[in-house]
Amino acid sequence: MADSEQVAHLLRRAGFGATAADFARFEAMSVSEVVDYLVDYDRLPDDVDAKIGQSAYVSVTASGPFSPNTNIEHARQRWLFRMVHSQRPLQEKMTLFWHNHFATAYSKVAGFAGGLQGTKMMALTPGALPGPPGQIELLRRYAIDSFQTLLFEIARDPAMVIWLDGRTNLRARPQENFAREIMELFTLGVGNYTEQDVAAAARVFTGWNLSARQGGANNNDPNAYYQFFFNPNQHDTSAKTFSFPIYRTGERTIPARSAAEGLRDGMDFVAALAAHPETARRLARKLWGFFISEAASPDPRFVEAVAREYLANDTRMKPVIRYIFKSPWMLEESFRWTRYSWPAEYVARAIREVGWTGFSVDTARTPLLNMGQNLYEPPDVAGWSLGSAWIATGSMLARMNFAATLASNQRFNLQRAAGAARSTPDDLMAFFLNRLSPSPIDSVPSGALMTYLQAAAAWPASDAQLLAKSAGLTKLLVGSSEYQFI
Amino acid sequence: MKISRREFVRDGVAAFTVGFAAPAFLSDIAQAQGALSRNLVVVYLNGGNDSLSTLIPYTDPFYYSRRPEIAVPAGQVLQIGSDRGGKPLGLHPRLTGLRTIFNEGRLAIVQRTGYTNSSRSHFQGLDIWGTANPTASTGVGWLGRYLDTLPSPVDALAAWNTTRETPRALVARTVGVPAIPDVRIYSLSSPNSAAEAALERLAATEMTSYAPEGRSHLSFVNGAALGALSTLDRVASVDAYRPTVTYPNNGFALALRAVAGSMARGIGTRVYWVSTGGFDTHAGQGNAGGGTYATLMSTVGDGLAAFYNDLRNQGLLNDTLILEFSEFGRRVSENGSDGTDHGAAGVMMAMGGGVRGGLYGTAASLDPSASNPSLENNGADVRHETDFRAVYARVLEGWLGTPSTSILGGNFLANAPAII
Repeated sequence: MADSEQVAHLLRRAGFGATAADFARFEAMSVSEVVDYLVDYDRLPDDVDAKIGQSAYVSVTASGPFSPNTNIEHARQRWLFRMVHSQRPLQEKMTLFWHNHFATAYSKVAGFAGGLQGTKMMALTPGALPGPPGQIELLRRYAIDSFQTLLFEIARDPAMVIWLDGRTNLRARPQENFAREIMELFTLGVGNYTEQDVAAAARVFTGWNLSARQGGANNNDPNAYYQFFFNPNQHDTSAKTFSFPIYRTGERTIPARSAAEGLRDGMDFVAALAAHPETARRLARKLWGFFISEAASPDPRFVEAVAREYLANDTRMKPVIRYIFKSPWMLEESFRWTRYSWPAEYVARAIREVGWTGFSVDTARTPLLNMGQNLYEPPDVAGWSLGSAWIATGSMLARMNFAATLASNQRFNLQRAAGAARSTPDDLMAFFLNRLSPSPIDSVPSGALMTYLQAAAAWPASDAQLLAKSAGLTKLLVGSSEYQFI
Repeated sequence: MKISRREFVRDGVAAFTVGFAAPAFLSDIAQAQGALSRNLVVVYLNGGNDSLSTLIPYTDPFYYSRRPEIAVPAGQVLQIGSDRGGKPLGLHPRLTGLRTIFNEGRLAIVQRTGYTNSSRSHFQGLDIWGTANPTASTGVGWLGRYLDTLPSPVDALAAWNTTRETPRALVARTVGVPAIPDVRIYSLSSPNSAAEAALERLAATEMTSYAPEGRSHLSFVNGAALGALSTLDRVASVDAYRPTVTYPNNGFALALRAVAGSMARGIGTRVYWVSTGGFDTHAGQGNAGGGTYATLMSTVGDGLAAFYNDLRNQGLLNDTLILEFSEFGRRVSENGSDGTDHGAAGVMMAMGGGVRGGLYGTAASLDPSASNPSLENNGADVRHETDFRAVYARVLEGWLGTPSTSILGGNFLANAPAII
């Protein structure tokens, strides 16, 4: 039977925190079984979107019809809804990981094709409207699938083609934006490629473009769409030589090919990048920070082991993630609470723990902006600055204020739930420490909380006092420094 | 007894929260540290500014032959004379406000600033400009090291970052720099009445005044939270600032407006960080002096001109130095998308009442010949002439009055342009 602290740790890292329902579900399972349950999520229905609008769940806000495929603010709400309620938390978690890894900002996509098309390119549910799935749906679909496939799909993803200017990469004058970032940020990392590689990679992707608009007369038509289009006339057909092997033979040159076959250049190049040992190590280091610890630098044994697992499984992530979750590093107690929660994680976990009846995720949109994480709008192609970079005075104020907003909204629910704990300050404190999940609170801050509960109060608490102190304590706990870690 | 910063902050805030005595105390500290009441405002152009479009060598035939689509026509360039190499130069046509400041002798432009083996990565590049160390781009920043030299206790508002994240340059060992992107939302809310809210604030202050043994990350978050709680009231006073000019309505100008407000209110801040983005112009930079790049120049030029005039009207110009930079310049030749890819050296600018204006350094010849000594990467990119750390050294020594060698890890004053 699993240690509940261990399950809670796993669910904070692999998902968005544990609720009472989760503890009940996992009570009779071993940690290994819980890991399998989380990782083998394709056994569970992907039905979270169907729950949007039902009263038992957190609500969304829309002035007209809720249109998450065509309105970016609605798409943001849908994703938050999924984080709060998905039965497949790991899928949403890895989607968030990849969104940061392949960081693409809606604003530039919308600048090219308008807000409706921009939203479709970022968030369209496959099949909901004509056109290819949105980028985030691509990340979701391949969340723990083959990295090589994901990388190839991303390279020809319409939003990415706009974001890194691939659509203007012409044979006569190649441009380097995507070519540089696919090596610097998506795979190898700085130091593992040369400026000559950048120039050669730019030529590899010449002709990777978007189709003209299809399916509709203008960009405001929901049936209109853009899709990837390889333009052989703009492809540089000459050979491209790199400083690292492209083929398993060790060959470093992509041979000259006819224009019609030019797309194969990119397929060969993507395959080489995905299978490069430095890509394996770089992903391993990022996964260390994401799942294991931001306090300790990556353990070289972890990096080598995870890289080996990744390469041995042909870049498939599912065995890699399962390996990490069952590894001793994941079980290591000293690594608990050593990960700074991302704003989206913080918001989702707070809603799951404080409560959501009568709360709209739309309320979290502006606070998320102030915390520094606007979904679908990473600051640049390197993604968000993680770890302690999330925390500054302004962003901490935003977190404390979101805690206040949520506690204020939920205060009657909290008062009702805490009714049996109204006798003493200790009872109320115990009730909320059980319901909420801050990292351990030492005696000094704990004393400050007790002082707060006792100030201007008489116990047992009256209804009015229970209302005020429940909301105030929730705000203080969720807004505490201790709560910012997962 | 030498008191540590944390102890000061804890006691200072406790005094404030309970006795309402600390604001005066805090500003005394600020004033003591501001014996020199000089401000440094660092302006970062995010994305790699195409400096050849900012400062235009409008008589260089290669400027036009290598940029057939995006070159600014010579007739539109705002001429500002020639550099010491005799090369005529002009500002982008949207920089009319900066030309006025240049003509007043208060804008210095340092050409071809950079470093050897310039990184073409935005992120590594910015980190290098931040640490002032081309070989180690992590750790404490150059302004952070300056803040670390201030006598303890350092005021919580000694530096003020107007962006959400702390830039590398402001990462310090002993000082947490507040991130105040918008003074209007820099306040604390509560689910309860004012009396109960005051109790909550007291509890939050006590909780975050705590520096737990062996939990350094928790201490760090406590420091940020306490930094917020202890600066809220002083920052709130800036919101009421009424500038003497109308600032443009964009994030950059509004950040500068807040900076001017904090200076006018005597908050005591020494170093400000302001940024504006969009400079990664791989595509669609614009033609004939218009388009995307022109919009960027309007944002920069109009914002800085409003700020400069506001400071002058407030009598703050002689206390202010504005230093502008970007992580790299861009390629000399345009690409096929009417844009430019990542290059090497760029231009830095400095303005303010104490600045010795003019053109510093020499412009590159844009002749694509691989043997052209002012270019690198086979004639593709501009080669640096002035190490950016020489400009930093001049600012540290000549403006902030502090020895630069220990902060920059070497003596860069020898060839530092005499901009101050």
